[in-house]
Amino acid sequence: MSVDTVKAAKKSPKQEQPYTELGLKDDEYARIRELLGRRPTSSELTMYSVMWSEHCSYKSSKIHLRQLAEKAPQTDALLVGIGENAGVVDAGDGWAVTFKIESHNHPSFVEPYQGAATGVGGIVRDILTMGARPVAVMDSLRFGRVDAPDTARVLPGVVAGIGGYGNCLGLPNIGGEVSFDESYVGNPLVNALCVGVMRKDAIKLATAKGKGNKVILFGAKTGRDGIGGVSVLASATFQDGDAKRPSVQVGDPFAEKVLIECCQEIFAADLIVGIQDLGGAGLSCATTELASAGDGGMRIELDRVPLREASMSPEEVLASESQERMCAIVEPAKVDDFLTICRKWDVLATVIGEVTSTGRLQVVWHGELIVDVPPRTVAHEGPVYERPIEKPPEQEAYARHDGSKLRRPGKGDELRAALLKVVASPNVADKSWVTDQYDRYVLGNTVLAQPENAGMVRLSSDTTRGVAISVDGNGRYSLLDPYTGAQLALAEAYRNVASTGARPLAVTNCLNFGSPEDPGVMWQFREAVRGLADACQTLGVPVTGGNVSFYNQTGHTPILPTPIVGVLGVIDDVTRRVTHAFRSDGAQIYLLGDTRDELGGSEWMEAVHNFLGGRPPAVDLDRERLLADVMIEAAREGLIESAHDLSDAGLAAALVESCLHGGLGAHITVPGGADPFVFLFSESAGRAIVSVPRRMDDSFTDRCAQRGLPCTRIGVVDVLSPALEVAGQFDVPLTELRGAWSAPLRTLFG
Amino acid sequence: MSSRVGVVTFPGSLDDRDAARAVRVAGAEAVPLWHADTTLNGVDAVILPGGFSYGDYLRAGAIARFAPIMQAVVKAAHDGMPVLGICNGFQVLCESHLLPGALVRNDHRKFICRDQYLIVENAETAWTAGYRHGQEIVVPIKNGEGGYVADERVLDEIEAEGRVVVRYARDNPNGSLRDIAGITNDAGNVVGLMPHPEHAVEALTGAGADGLPFFSWAAP
Repeated sequence: MSVDTVKAAKKSPKQEQPYTELGLKDDEYARIRELLGRRPTSSELTMYSVMWSEHCSYKSSKIHLRQLAEKAPQTDALLVGIGENAGVVDAGDGWAVTFKIESHNHPSFVEPYQGAATGVGGIVRDILTMGARPVAVMDSLRFGRVDAPDTARVLPGVVAGIGGYGNCLGLPNIGGEVSFDESYVGNPLVNALCVGVMRKDAIKLATAKGKGNKVILFGAKTGRDGIGGVSVLASATFQDGDAKRPSVQVGDPFAEKVLIECCQEIFAADLIVGIQDLGGAGLSCATTELASAGDGGMRIELDRVPLREASMSPEEVLASESQERMCAIVEPAKVDDFLTICRKWDVLATVIGEVTSTGRLQVVWHGELIVDVPPRTVAHEGPVYERPIEKPPEQEAYARHDGSKLRRPGKGDELRAALLKVVASPNVADKSWVTDQYDRYVLGNTVLAQPENAGMVRLSSDTTRGVAISVDGNGRYSLLDPYTGAQLALAEAYRNVASTGARPLAVTNCLNFGSPEDPGVMWQFREAVRGLADACQTLGVPVTGGNVSFYNQTGHTPILPTPIVGVLGVIDDVTRRVTHAFRSDGAQIYLLGDTRDELGGSEWMEAVHNFLGGRPPAVDLDRERLLADVMIEAAREGLIESAHDLSDAGLAAALVESCLHGGLGAHITVPGGADPFVFLFSESAGRAIVSVPRRMDDSFTDRCAQRGLPCTRIGVVDVLSPALEVAGQFDVPLTELRGAWSAPLRTLFG
Repeated sequence: MSSRVGVVTFPGSLDDRDAARAVRVAGAEAVPLWHADTTLNGVDAVILPGGFSYGDYLRAGAIARFAPIMQAVVKAAHDGMPVLGICNGFQVLCESHLLPGALVRNDHRKFICRDQYLIVENAETAWTAGYRHGQEIVVPIKNGEGGYVADERVLDEIEAEGRVVVRYARDNPNGSLRDIAGITNDAGNVVGLMPHPEHAVEALTGAGADGLPFFSWAAP
């Protein structure tokens, strides 16, 4: 087998190269030739093609994403901001936490189990790379309609994959969300989030500094799996699933578990200068990013890379996305100690090169130079596109056909029937069929997990400090108005975190959209990013990282635009956390915030009328801030026993969940003058319900009055009558509610 | 003076730190033991924790059985040292023939994590003396291969000898024969169970504190 070398490339400038098959456009190829002053070798072409893919280079999104950094609010809480593997937040007392969410959508469609499993594996390594111990995962999932055949194939596989990998890794899964819409048939979304904990002085960065320092590849061997994952799979629209299967990586959670423990010992012994995980684009990405962020030069002896199959070509070695691999930069004097720790954990580790002062990444294959490039041109100077943008004409129609003529339930029995229908809709119904497949207990620090408003973990068993995280997103809102939809996603996650008693501090996001080559999709994207950046600025919570997933469409039909937003908050005493379960007899139930007739994009319209239209609920970020402040204060001072944010299916869903989770009934009274239907089903933002023990009643209402937060007493928790009763309208026994709420997913998926 | 309880870490052990924490919460001293060690470092008891030792390759617990530390554990168990195997640790004890039977894939073919009702049926073992006979407790389960099986003769024998330590109550989560959740050996010093008492030692982070007595016998 002949290998294309730099020497050969200089000699044969006119040789045809298969750049289109690798996903590069004519002008991109021309640019590579210009950068190098010659044609690229086939290995160089491989590196540029994977690194300049949409997935790695953000070429369509970059010009819009800039505003996330430009508009980022000033905060002391951020230790590492956007641009590194993950953002790092100051959690107080010398603790730091790092978190990030990332998509693995296309692989999860092609091969649900491995696609989802390696999605978890990838995000965990991103967190590990920051020098942290990963402490929890959560995920945001979207599937087609529950009864679609594709959903029956994809959902069980995705859930088993997330569980299979995360459980075996020993990371508690502390929540997330699942919802359904027909636009996700053929395009499920699997967005995986991980959070890690470290001491503030232990943060590690991906940098290759110090001439003569060694480059060590450690972890699994390199195989032929996942080749072209980022370019072929993640950066194009596709339909023929089977043919792409070799582009999906295969995960081995056991290998990752020992890699985590091995890294913890390496971090503790202070043995590394820099570290990078190998994920999308494999060694091409790790070497060019490490070199770009360091002194700029690196020499790699590629034939030293341990292979699963000896016959692999250098191009395959550079592009392989084999999982469970890391790359570290180590001073020569510390190499022996590094290798000793790896041996203890039976982790394969190989010195594959060293840092140089040449300013170039040079890769040698059996003595011949096959790559000689300025690393920044590969990692950071890829193409940037200003894609055409056009507001889709149907946007106006959504506003016009607002569902105001849909028949609304009148009184009593009709409201009762609507409640049961909404509670049993797959988006609102019990998700324990999914979450029971995830270990939520391991590591012994899980304070809150699904179905709570947010997940919460204690940072370590010797502190009371903890973090709370919520991920949210609503594709229906975002379709109707992407600017508002993205803001509502942020507001909901922010509110969820605050309702547990934690102070929201930072944001991660995963932007799932159709093809960027469609001007209508680009309009949705631009609006969503603008909305998110503006809202982060107002709420004072910066975006610390995340990712973009384009090309989520089947044929010409894109998915609902789905910005998923994760918010992380810190709580200094986890024993003060607030759950959403009603807890004691006689506790007063208060509705905080204002309820308006806002049912555009609502769960009621979807579940009862299968209708999508109108305007999403209005956003009032100052109100969100005030609501959060009051809930956090009330939690700290022990004024409230439960809190539940109001979002999908409004008050109706929140009441049902608080009753069922606590196993306690509630008597509810519709406030004077309010329309019972709007009261129950409106999805107005900036609202929550709390239950307040009688002795705290005055303190709590005084606090709301002082702070100017609308607070309406709507009922009382009742131990003796196990039912949800709305006075003068209807009552439903908890057993009936539980039956309706818990049946759908269990019945469908077994 | 409190007991020193060893907690073994195999590659792929996951609940080793949880088990050690439970030992400390109960007031005893937790001593980390490494799979490649050949001695037990003078401990008074040993816990084989949950997880996926060696990735559960081949069969859950099948490779861990051959770890150097297991020779010492098996010998100590035969000499009467209290040994507790939780989840994967139970699988290792069965593979090591310290306990009869085997654990197979759950009948519904899924991993399951939930808070589980159990009945304590033997409160005389080294690990369950802190309970009352017939006591109902809630302890989390989390397993994919938790279905306890053995042939009829063995099942009859362990039932007759009162060697069923805990039994699933209200609802069998995985198809275990005769709802068996945990068993002991003839001498009552070796106990294996699928549920995770180490995840029920404090209400804040677990399913209550019903699991604590498994560990508190070792406290002063």
